[in-house]
Amino acid sequence: MTGKARGRWLVVAIPYLWLLALFLIPFLIVFKISLSQDAIAQPPYTPVFDLAAGWAAFRESLGELSIDNYGYVLSWDNEFIEAYGSSLWIAGISTVLLLLVGYPIAYAMARAPKSIRPTLLMLVILPFWTSFLIRVYAWMGILSPEGLLNQLLIALGIISPDAPLQILATDTAVYIGIVYSYLPFMILPLYSALEKMDETLLEAAADLGCPPLAAFWKITWPLSLPGVFAGCLLCFIPAVGEFVIPDLLGGSDTLMIGKVLWTEFSVNRSWTVSSAVAVLLLLVLVVPIVFYQNVQQRQLEGR
Amino acid sequence: MRKGLSWFNVTSIALGFAFLYIPIILLVVYSFNASRLVTVWAGFSTHWYWQLFQNEQLLDAAWVTLRVAFITASVATVLGTMAAITLTRYGRFNGRMLFSGMIYAPLVMPEVITGLSLLLLFVAVNIDRGFWTITLAHITFTMCFVCVVVQSRLVTFDRSLEEAALDLGCPPLKTFLVVTLPIILPAVVSGWMLAFTLSLDDLVIASFTTGPGATTLPMRIYSQVRLGVTPEINAACTLLIAIVTVVVIIASIMTKRQEMERQKAERLAAAG
Repeated sequence: MTGKARGRWLVVAIPYLWLLALFLIPFLIVFKISLSQDAIAQPPYTPVFDLAAGWAAFRESLGELSIDNYGYVLSWDNEFIEAYGSSLWIAGISTVLLLLVGYPIAYAMARAPKSIRPTLLMLVILPFWTSFLIRVYAWMGILSPEGLLNQLLIALGIISPDAPLQILATDTAVYIGIVYSYLPFMILPLYSALEKMDETLLEAAADLGCPPLAAFWKITWPLSLPGVFAGCLLCFIPAVGEFVIPDLLGGSDTLMIGKVLWTEFSVNRSWTVSSAVAVLLLLVLVVPIVFYQNVQQRQLEGR
Repeated sequence: MRKGLSWFNVTSIALGFAFLYIPIILLVVYSFNASRLVTVWAGFSTHWYWQLFQNEQLLDAAWVTLRVAFITASVATVLGTMAAITLTRYGRFNGRMLFSGMIYAPLVMPEVITGLSLLLLFVAVNIDRGFWTITLAHITFTMCFVCVVVQSRLVTFDRSLEEAALDLGCPPLKTFLVVTLPIILPAVVSGWMLAFTLSLDDLVIASFTTGPGATTLPMRIYSQVRLGVTPEINAACTLLIAIVTVVVIIASIMTKRQEMERQKAERLAAAG
């Protein structure tokens, strides 16, 4: 290998091998453990592959793998299927809400004078830099029964002091938390799609007598669709597996799969069942993830 | 876009920013509350900040978190920049699909899955969990964010500059250091900062991959927050917000200045 080729090889190989070892192989391990059984041992599952023990022992361990965990997770007696469904539902509704809240903001930003756009952009990004946990925590103080929202509503005489609104520990609080935390992820792709738009198109439409609202649906909306897709996927996929928001803002009846996986892992201490939950969650998300990758590739690699 | 904002545009910006900022402002205001009850205002006080600086556990956790974040950001920036060069400059190669898949998937992968899979890897290879396993996990997911940030800069810049240097016999490494790196530096710096704050911020992946003895600040805050809202946590959060805000503002001023100088130099070069 010449020096040049070797340098080039290294630039590709180092991040490649890193991701293989710490991103891809871990998934294969999760898959393998999802087929294992819990055991009181170190590590707490069986079988453990031991390549040093020879081929026969390896084949024997292979025979011990089973799909029992999947049967357990997919049985209607347990709450898992419900949790998958309600996670998809909560994430879906939140994504629609995010689009409804984010689109007008991104649209207004793209129409703002060029000189103040960087400042507006910075103001959208800034909350994203502050801790996610802190932003969720901030809502706990606002939404609790004796919290600031209820105090305000009582002071304004809208509700009586005896019957404060119960928002914290409900699904409503989860929606508020998701919309609040993911809003920058929705606004940024929308803004970059809207900002690129050619304003003469709208002028031409207006000159030809197209009313503004019709011009929006015929021109602006279709041209902003790449941003809409990117924003929705960027919010929807992580929201399905969200753990912190349902845990801190949701109630005990808020069923989300991220929380179920965490509980299965840290409270019930079943590594094999949590692995099966993770594999199935990945299966549920594989279509949107592949879709998202295509959107990303088109944007970043100019293809 | 046509010039001029309608009342609808102004209202959506105003309401949007109010929604984004009011919760954070309230949190900061109530960290100066004299009362133990977070929701009742009882006068201005810095009491909770003093309390905070005597809380050894919290300070220890903050120190662990800062070290993890610093190492993470530095390694992730190098790896992420390499990956960005691979994806924008090397065209097609065997395994490219897999590579770009492994770069984009972690951006949206639910944290519980990433965390669990890394934990099971660390158990399988039997290494002691703690400081270094958190750092390895953080490098892995933050390098993908760095890659995307650097990539978006590499796509837009004029490749003929690099090609000219290479044609004139400049070795590839030197071309990168002298031509490419100065141009993409603002993106590399913001990649570093993004990795730093993502690592600073992470609760779920750190909780999965940690072992005895390594507790990060988000883990400590989380375990206290679960018990309820306390002014001390408000104070800790306010300090974190202040640090991040100052760093982001300084960095954005720096990159803006650099960008302006670069544009001036380009104009001069074009004129001369």
